[in-house]
Amino acid sequence: MEILANLINGMSLGSVYAIIALGYTMVYGIAKMLNFAHGDVIMVGAYICFCSVSYLGLPVIAGVLLSIVGCTVLGIVVERLAYKPLRDAPSLNVLITAIGVSYFLQNAALLIMGSDPKSFSSIVSLPALNLFDGRLTISATAVLTILACAVIMVALVMFTTKTKMGKAMRACSEDRDAAQLMGINVNSTISMVFAIGSGLAAIAGVLMCAAYPTLMPTTGSMPGIKAFTAAVLGGIGSIPGAALGGVLLGIIEIFARAYIGTQLADAVVFAVLIVMLLIRPAGLLGKPVNEKV
Amino acid sequence: MLSVYNINVWYGAIHAIKNVSFDVNDGEIVALIGANGAGKSTTLKTLSGLLRSRSGSIKFMDSDIMHAPAERIVAQGLVHVPEGRHVFAQMTVEENLDMGAYTQPKETIPGNLEKVYAYFPRLKERRRQVAGTLSGGEQQMLAMGRALMANPKLLMLDEPSMGLAPIMVEQIFEIIGALHEAGTTILLVEQNAQAALSIATRGYVMETGTVTLTGTGSELLHNDDVRRAYLGG
Repeated sequence: MEILANLINGMSLGSVYAIIALGYTMVYGIAKMLNFAHGDVIMVGAYICFCSVSYLGLPVIAGVLLSIVGCTVLGIVVERLAYKPLRDAPSLNVLITAIGVSYFLQNAALLIMGSDPKSFSSIVSLPALNLFDGRLTISATAVLTILACAVIMVALVMFTTKTKMGKAMRACSEDRDAAQLMGINVNSTISMVFAIGSGLAAIAGVLMCAAYPTLMPTTGSMPGIKAFTAAVLGGIGSIPGAALGGVLLGIIEIFARAYIGTQLADAVVFAVLIVMLLIRPAGLLGKPVNEKV
Repeated sequence: MLSVYNINVWYGAIHAIKNVSFDVNDGEIVALIGANGAGKSTTLKTLSGLLRSRSGSIKFMDSDIMHAPAERIVAQGLVHVPEGRHVFAQMTVEENLDMGAYTQPKETIPGNLEKVYAYFPRLKERRRQVAGTLSGGEQQMLAMGRALMANPKLLMLDEPSMGLAPIMVEQIFEIIGALHEAGTTILLVEQNAQAALSIATRGYVMETGTVTLTGTGSELLHNDDVRRAYLGG
């Protein structure tokens, strides 16, 4: 039973990583950049939800919707102001800018919300579920998180394979020049991907803080890096890869915490990344890229 | 139909296109020939809005497209099949064709799809196959079919015969001829000068970024300089 409980908790944590990793991987796929500020969008999303519920007195569902909208707008604005001017710049410049945006968001949150942690449990607290005559206790949050991740995954796959916009997005990530020759507006497609990724980050933020209810300006950075690890593990650029990588990473982390030790759990997670990069640099579902010269 | 006047294009510090002017009239096949690096592909990329000219003018069907974004140029019917095909390798044949119709109203897709499959029956057989698994010739067919989905008034083909087996080259040129018969105006960039000039109404010879010679297809085919430089004597 303990193993089953750990597995469910791992899948739940992994689902959060997966939702964040989807944003990383989609942005990488289309803009060929690592948006290291992506983790901080999670934090902004969680703060928006927290503020709307505890200061404005809105119901939780409204807080979640508001945080999705807020983060979507934030994603579009950040892309337009910080990344779009660097579209043809070397990737190192873009990377440094992304780190700058990350610090900016963290410090803006520090300035506005202060450094003391906010308790998210006052906002969202779902009951625990007792199964098998009380031998297995799992939180409803965990179940909700896993379900949300599954729904998002299916929706994204449908979007990218069935809709015109989704197909245009895939076309842009495969070959930006050719996509332009088809008449696809690459800039607005990139904007859309940032919007989707950031909206997902808001959902991840709320789900994560529902499970780990301490909210600080730096709340997003560690999950952001773990989700990046998950995206690489699954094969960066691949949507199913991000989901698989996220869930695997969450399970590995929880099991490492339970059977190896809390302090070592993060080390195990990153060790997995290193091993993966050594034996299969393209990731589990990624295709090896042959650089054309 | 297309009138290019004194365009100048730079890659950083390199002046790649120098005062190039030429015209394409309705119903023609115009060939742009020249050696590697002469600026042929750069010229096409400038016409389709991927690169920008610093001066001069580009007029297509009486509208100035020199500053128009690439998506508007395609929508107007100036459609570019790039060198090296650039099919979307991880998408299926039919998805690639769908992307070609991106600027077109949805109702035109089924009819155009039939038209493309009539020109390229091979594509119909492989329509569920991922484009990356096609042979070079099939990818060229797909790139051309994808462009046809955009209802081109002027089709720009960049090196359609590059890297293909002789039989496939013959087939591609037959299809270019058929498209022309059906009323599509064509601007053809080729290193295979013999094949290009044989079907061209008129041609322009480019050397190191400038147009050095122009004439009808057969004039150029029999021109001594052209023969020496591009046709092997």
